Amino acid sequence: MGPYRALLRRELLLAFRQGGEIGLALGFFVLAVVLFPLGVGPEPEMLRRIGAGIIWVAALLAAVLSLDRLFAADYADGGLDLLALSAMPLEGAVIAKCAAHWLTTGLPVVAISPFLGILVDLDRASIGRLALGLLLGTPALSLLGAIAAALTLGARRPGVLSSLIVLPLYVPVLIFGAGAVDMGIAGGGVRAHLLLLGAISLAALPLAPLAAAAALRQALD
Amino acid sequence: MTGDAAGDGLVADGLACRRGERLIFSGLDFALPAGGALLLTGANGSGKSSLLRLLATLLAPAAGALAWNGASVAPDPSRYRASLHHLGHLDAIKPALGVRETLASWAGLRGASTARVDGALAAFALDALADWPCRWLSAGQRRRLALARLLAAPAPLWLLDEPTAALDSDGERRLVAAIEAHRAAGGCVAIATHQVLPLAGAHTLSLEDFAPTAHERAAGDPLTEF
Repeated sequence: MGPYRALLRRELLLAFRQGGEIGLALGFFVLAVVLFPLGVGPEPEMLRRIGAGIIWVAALLAAVLSLDRLFAADYADGGLDLLALSAMPLEGAVIAKCAAHWLTTGLPVVAISPFLGILVDLDRASIGRLALGLLLGTPALSLLGAIAAALTLGARRPGVLSSLIVLPLYVPVLIFGAGAVDMGIAGGGVRAHLLLLGAISLAALPLAPLAAAAALRQALD
Repeated sequence: MTGDAAGDGLVADGLACRRGERLIFSGLDFALPAGGALLLTGANGSGKSSLLRLLATLLAPAAGALAWNGASVAPDPSRYRASLHHLGHLDAIKPALGVRETLASWAGLRGASTARVDGALAAFALDALADWPCRWLSAGQRRRLALARLLAAPAPLWLLDEPTAALDSDGERRLVAAIEAHRAAGGCVAIATHQVLPLAGAHTLSLEDFAPTAHERAAGDPLTEF
């Protein structure tokens, strides 16, 4: 576990030292949700109906916004060479980096989502489903995002390009995440939605690092 | 050069390197035995850095093979990677991390303990700066920190690309001392350099001897076909 722990520790240290980056994604998430009632009007009926969708879309965008943190710095300063020559396979390095990315963007989004749920007038059960859905779905956001972040290394506008690549990949997560809350409000069972969200994250756990590591090897050349 | 039974150290057999459509060098053979030193020379663009990246398996050779301690590298590159250090132009130093933290995290990535970190810092006279954030370091101090990586996580093969860049004369002395100690302990080192380093019994390999002929170059260059 040595090299994995060393990389995770380094990534977390960097994220906290450059604290602005965590705050940036989180602040964007909160602001995007808060802006919606100002735009569509404050009717609780309307907000309750679209609230979960708004929060999920904002979570997706916040994840995309923070993707360039994953590999861009290491690509620019030669750190990628060290990762390629480290004691772990490149796939393992991707997993460690995704774990750090999730701990510093996904987890804060999960933690803050209940407050935003209150803001859009969700009831208590819906807030629970929202937070649980985000907890199950956000790992997939980090993992799928790693593919796009690795593929766009060396591109001139990596941020824009990677969001174009990754947002379509996020669609299933969005559908089942927002769907879980809506289904709950409509009185249906939400178990299937949450299981599917978990399944997407579990499937992405081995598959996304394979793809991302292949893209990183391409970038090394 | 094939079937070398003694085979200790690094043996390259017919290496060729291609970047894009352009052939950089070809037919490159050398043997770098344990305790040996190889100085790579050649004009800018002759492929010194490419050769070192190729030896570090960061680039795939267009032709040829590498053998390490008698075993071919290609079937199991991860074993070989664990026994080499590659020091490139870029130093991978994060401005937000401290000097000791940086070195400890590098050692950790190599799966080594942090026991040698302080000794490595002292060897390059960085011990007084150990708690500084790296953003305060000068170019020469950054180079020293990158070099300290060689000592923080021991590996028998060092591949150094212009290691003296930005180093002062004291730094250069410390580097030579580190290299000689490494060789005395059975390690070997390949160095791309424009400077004359006082290394005992070092072999020099000029990459210009392996540059493609005009004919070969034309064959690989799509522009000349028009």
